[in-house]
Amino acid sequence: MSRHRGLLAGILGKQPIGTAFVTPYVVFLAVIFAYPLGFAVYMSFHDYFFTAPGAIVDRPWVGLANYATVLSDPAVRRSFVNVGIFLVINVPLTVILSLVLAYALNSAIRWRTFFRVSYYVPYVAASVAVVGVWLFLFNSNGLVNSVLGPLAPDPSWLVNSKLAMPTVALYVTWKQLGFFILLYLAALQNVSKDLYEAASMDGAGRLKSFWNVTVPGVRPATTLVVLLATVTGANLFTEPYLLTGGGGPDGHSASPVLIMYQKGIEQGNPDVGSAIGVLLVIGVLLLALVERRFVGREDR
Amino acid sequence: MKRKVMAAVLAFGLAGTAAACGSSGGGGNADAAAQAKGEITVWVSNNAEEVAWGKQMVAAWNAAHPDQKVTAQEIPTGKSSEEVIGAAITAGNAPCLIFNTSPASVSQFQKQGGLVALDSFPDGKSYVEERSGKVAEQYKSTDGKYYQLPWKDNPVMIFYNKKAFAKAGIDTVKPPLSTYDEFLATSRKLVATKAAKVAIYPAPSNEFYQSWFDFYPLFAAETGGKQLVADGKAQFASEEGKKVAGFWRTMYADKLASQEKYTGDSFVDGTAAMAIVGPWAIATYKGKVEWGAVPVPTSAGKSAAETYTFSDAKNVAMYSACKNRGTAWDVLKFATSKEQDGKLLEGTGQMPLRADVAGTYPEYFTKNPDYKQFADQAARTVEVPNVPNSITIWQTFRDTYSKSVIFGQQDPGEAFDGAVQKVDQLAAGS
Repeated sequence: MSRHRGLLAGILGKQPIGTAFVTPYVVFLAVIFAYPLGFAVYMSFHDYFFTAPGAIVDRPWVGLANYATVLSDPAVRRSFVNVGIFLVINVPLTVILSLVLAYALNSAIRWRTFFRVSYYVPYVAASVAVVGVWLFLFNSNGLVNSVLGPLAPDPSWLVNSKLAMPTVALYVTWKQLGFFILLYLAALQNVSKDLYEAASMDGAGRLKSFWNVTVPGVRPATTLVVLLATVTGANLFTEPYLLTGGGGPDGHSASPVLIMYQKGIEQGNPDVGSAIGVLLVIGVLLLALVERRFVGREDR
Repeated sequence: MKRKVMAAVLAFGLAGTAAACGSSGGGGNADAAAQAKGEITVWVSNNAEEVAWGKQMVAAWNAAHPDQKVTAQEIPTGKSSEEVIGAAITAGNAPCLIFNTSPASVSQFQKQGGLVALDSFPDGKSYVEERSGKVAEQYKSTDGKYYQLPWKDNPVMIFYNKKAFAKAGIDTVKPPLSTYDEFLATSRKLVATKAAKVAIYPAPSNEFYQSWFDFYPLFAAETGGKQLVADGKAQFASEEGKKVAGFWRTMYADKLASQEKYTGDSFVDGTAAMAIVGPWAIATYKGKVEWGAVPVPTSAGKSAAETYTFSDAKNVAMYSACKNRGTAWDVLKFATSKEQDGKLLEGTGQMPLRADVAGTYPEYFTKNPDYKQFADQAARTVEVPNVPNSITIWQTFRDTYSKSVIFGQQDPGEAFDGAVQKVDQLAAGS
């Protein structure tokens, strides 16, 4: 009996209840994240395609061939440039707008709850529904061009190879703003009011106190916002698909995930799709490290 | 020890997943399955007319074969039925028959080991060829076998809005739409008189299948029935292909067609005066548009009797996860019999892929004269080529077409020449 207990303790450790609590999440992580990621890496190094159960096929090791295919494909290269353009616009704009708006919404203003809800509604609304509004605004005969008149771009926003991706970036910034405002609102509750009082006594105006008290005070939240905006931005798919009809014009709004979907699911080449995915993961990790180094430098 | 525990947990998780992925729902012994009879499941398309047809077909079968019950369900919702079917093949839970299999996906499903060759039934080959006639040839796979039964097509034609044409002062009985020059002149008149915002509105988006509704019907007509790829070689960079590209380029450059994505039906909304679509759409125009239809244009203006077009066919395939293939084969023949095809025609307006549809159902076409021209056109349809990497080929072509023809960022002729080598390689299976 004691031998069995010893064996159980050996498997479950000194804290079996703790292990029991942790196990479901570890299994979840292993099955939902670790296994697919490992499998994607495996696929990217093999000539791999999905088959019916029991079908006997050869899936030979192909080394870096899938990566060579991906890197030599102009559509894939274009998609990485596109997502770069997207991030350059989306991430700083998200940080600035959400912080400023959260600061404003944290102040004692009238209709505060109404404004908070208003900013949050696009985030929770279905993309398909919200895209309809955006198309109404940015079509060649849309509201924006009607207001701009002769200053309207030709070709119009969503079919203009230079403007399509920035328009998508603006759309996503607007759609997700509510979520990031909430993060900043939470962070603002932790900034001590004493600091504002001290700054005021030192003669700092609203702008100076915002810059010298609020911005450093919410730096951990800023780090989180930058990382989350980068990760969600790199996973861009729905918006270019719905707004620009699958990456138009001429692939100038196609994202790597959109190309992954085309290659892996539509065209039955999951090995090539996986190679794009692995490159994207590496790219995002590197970018996140750089961002962490710059934005989160005082957190260390 | 903690590491060991974690390793055990991870291994358990991986083993569970691997087991789930590896579990067989497959067909087992193919010869035994080909004889096996019993319950089967079939999937039908999810539009109301086809669902109604499917229900009555299954009810008729079940009434006569209580020991071989058929259960029908709509294809599960997904972005496209092809993706849902591909996933079902991989998971091993595809039904026995799917009455909505896209010919463009057949080579991929075949490569996945997901399809049953209909030739494996003693009367398989003869049934396909006797029912469809010489059209059946286009649906043969590269190994010479039939993995799909050509079921129904929707010959793509030019629909025009009679009210818009009348407003522009254009003949509504015999509109000048036969040659490219006529089509362009008519389009200019429609836009100049503001009868419609654009003359025609093919989807300008980048999905691989969109070329089936702009370039391909006109290419089939111009070439007298050539496929995009023939004998393993790309055909679109030919003189005829470049003429078609030049025509559409002018339509976009002169803003007679729009580069922008449209949400809704531009023809029904009156935004476009014409549409390029098959007879399945007639039901959606009922009471909304007073329409007429003509064959797609050619550079020299071929007669209707000589004009080819894209078939926009959907076929029936048998999937390898099916255990009772004997019943599935019998159901397939029952569902594509003269009687059931007649019910399909009656209920949906779609043309069964039979030899001489008009002659087989004369009463229907007497009652519905609007459909007669589609039945005539059905004899001259071109299918997507049944070659390896079919969808990748179409996506490659669409990217090229989109860049050069729709957005004018490259000369269409040059762009087409540039895409030939890649398409040839893909068609060769590499």
